[in-house]
Amino acid sequence: MAADHRFVLDAEGLYYKQLNEQIREAVRNGHKAIELRNVRGQRYIANSLDGEDIDILVQGVPGQDMAAFMRGPHLTVYGNAQDGVGNTMDAGEIVIHGMVGDVLGYAMRGGRIFVKGDAGYRCGIHMKAYMDKFPVLVIGGKAGDFLGEYMAGGAIILLGMFSEKPAEVPITGRSLGTGMHGGVIYIRGEVPAYQLGAGLAAKELDADERAFLEVQIRDYAAALGLDAEAILDAPFLRVKPYTHRPYGNMYVGTN
Amino acid sequence: MKAPARFWDFNKDISGCGVFGVLHKKRGLIDGDMPIKAMCTMHDRGNGQGGGFAAYGIYPDFKDCYAFHLLCETQEGLDNAEAVIKTYFDIKESQPIPTRRTLAIKNPPIVWRFFLTPKEDRPRWKDASEADYIVSVVMLINKDVKDAFVLSSGKDMGAFKGVGFPEDIADFFRLDEYKGYIWTGHNRFPTNSQAWWGGAHPFTLLDWAIVHNGEISSYGINRRYLAQHDYLCTLHTDTEVVAYLLDMLTRKHKLSLRMASYIFAPPFWDEIDRMPPAQQEAFRALRMVYGPAMLNGPFAILVTNNTTMMGLNDRVKLRPLLVAEKDDMVFMSSEESSIREVQRDLDRIWAPKAGEPVIAEVEA
Repeated sequence: MAADHRFVLDAEGLYYKQLNEQIREAVRNGHKAIELRNVRGQRYIANSLDGEDIDILVQGVPGQDMAAFMRGPHLTVYGNAQDGVGNTMDAGEIVIHGMVGDVLGYAMRGGRIFVKGDAGYRCGIHMKAYMDKFPVLVIGGKAGDFLGEYMAGGAIILLGMFSEKPAEVPITGRSLGTGMHGGVIYIRGEVPAYQLGAGLAAKELDADERAFLEVQIRDYAAALGLDAEAILDAPFLRVKPYTHRPYGNMYVGTN
Repeated sequence: MKAPARFWDFNKDISGCGVFGVLHKKRGLIDGDMPIKAMCTMHDRGNGQGGGFAAYGIYPDFKDCYAFHLLCETQEGLDNAEAVIKTYFDIKESQPIPTRRTLAIKNPPIVWRFFLTPKEDRPRWKDASEADYIVSVVMLINKDVKDAFVLSSGKDMGAFKGVGFPEDIADFFRLDEYKGYIWTGHNRFPTNSQAWWGGAHPFTLLDWAIVHNGEISSYGINRRYLAQHDYLCTLHTDTEVVAYLLDMLTRKHKLSLRMASYIFAPPFWDEIDRMPPAQQEAFRALRMVYGPAMLNGPFAILVTNNTTMMGLNDRVKLRPLLVAEKDDMVFMSSEESSIREVQRDLDRIWAPKAGEPVIAEVEA
C-alpha cells in the first residue's frame, strides 16, 4: 500500500488517550491504512482493535502494551518497541523492524509477531492455542530469561541472528520454557542444557516441524526484507515437554 | 455487578515507577529541561504521589561546601535543625530553596538549604573521618529533630523531591533554572509505603543519590543490618536502604561499585557453580559475608555520585531498564521513548542483562 494513500496522524506532543481516540475515530470513519508519525511512548496503541483489513504503520517508539487484545489488524513498527507488545493478542500480525522490550506476546492466543532484533525477558509466556487459533512469535535476535515460561500452545522461533548483543552471549537466557506444557520453541543453533526448564527436551526437527518452520521463516523474511534461505541454512532444534500434560498430576492426583 | 459488554474498552490505568538519568562524560552542563521532558514522557508510570530529581554540578559557587537540603514540616523543625547544624558546622550560606507557587503542589513543607564546612574544633566525633562526621550529623537530624529531614548532603549536588508528578515538582523547585552534568529523575507509584515528601525519590547520603523502580522486599533485613553499622532508616520507604548500603560497602568497606552491585544482585548458586574456581570462591565469599545486604524483590535502580551513574536490575529483571549513548552523553531510563524524547538519534541503545551493572563515569 502506497504511503501517500495512508491516513496520517501526527502523535507529536499528543497524550496517549487523545492519540488512541484519533486512531479509533479514523477506523470508524472507514480509514483502513493509517500511519502514526512521531510516536514516543504513547501507550495502548491499537488495543483491542478489530478488523483484519486495518493496516497501521508506526514511526517512532510506541509505548507500553501496544496491540494488547488486538484482533485482526496488521501493525508495522519502524523503530524499537517497548514492553508488553501483543499482550493477550487474539489475531493479526505485528512486524517490528527494531528490538522489543520485556513480556512480548504475553498470553498471546492467536496471530503472529515478527521481531527483527533482540527481545527482552519473559517473552511468549503463557502463550496458548485453541482450535484454529495458533500464535506464532519469531525473534530474529537473542532473547532474555524465561522465554516461553508456562507456555501452553503456539510456536516461538528464536534465530539469534540479528542481535546487538556480544557474540558470547547465549541465544537465550536461563529458565527457558519453565513450566511449559504445550506448544513448541524452535531454536536456530544450540541451547546449553542448563538453560532448559525441567521436563523439556531439545531435539532435531521431524519433517512436519521442518515444513512448518520453513513457512514461518519465509513469511518472516518477506515481511522484514531478509534472506529466508540464509536463515534456514543452519540446524534448528525444537524444545518441547517430554510428555503430554507433564503437570497433569501436580494438583489433582489421579492414582 | 456483571461486567459490561466489551468491558476491555473501559478505562484502567496501570502504573509502575519510572526512572531516568543522564550523565555528561566531559562535565558538559545539561539544562534541567532535559530530565523534566524525559520524565514527562513517563507521566503515567506514576500517580502523582511522588516525584523527584537529583542534580550534580549545580552549585559551582559553593563547590567545596556540603550542600544540605532540608525538608521541614514546621518552622520550629527548621529552627531546631539549624541549631544542630550550627553546633557542628560553619554556615557559609543559608537560604530558602527557590520555589515557585504552582497549583499542582498543595501545602508544601519548608525547603531550605545550607552550604556548610565542618567545624575545625568538632564538638563530637573528633576522630571520625570527615565523611563519617557528615553522615553522623545527617543521622542525628533525621532521627532526633522533630519535623526536619535532610534531603541531601553532598558537595555540588542536591536532591529535589516531594509529593506530586515529577514535572510539577520540577516546576515547584524551578529546576528549569539549574544546569548539571548528571541528572536523575523519578516518578513514583507508591506500593507498600506512604506517600510523603521525605518518601519521594531520590534517596541520598553524602553525594550518593538513588532512584528506584520496584520494591525492596528485603527492607527489613537490610534495615536491621544497617542499624548494626550505625545507619538509621528514618524515611519510611524501602529505597532508603540502598543509599546507606552503598555508602557502607563502597566508602567504609572499600568495595568497588561493581562488587557492591554483585552483593545487591548476586548470581544464582547454580550460576556460581559454573564459574571458574577463583571466581566461584569470590562470589561465594560475597554471598556469605554480605547476605544481609542482598536486595530481594524487583528493582531497576539508578545510582549516582559526583563522578558516576550506575544502572542495575534485579537478577531476574522484574523491571525495565534501557541504556543509551550519544556522543559524550549516557542515558538510562525505564523507557526508550523518554530518551528519544530528549535525544532523537542515538549512537547505541540496549537493555542490559539482569543483575549486570552498567557504569558510566565522568572523565578525569
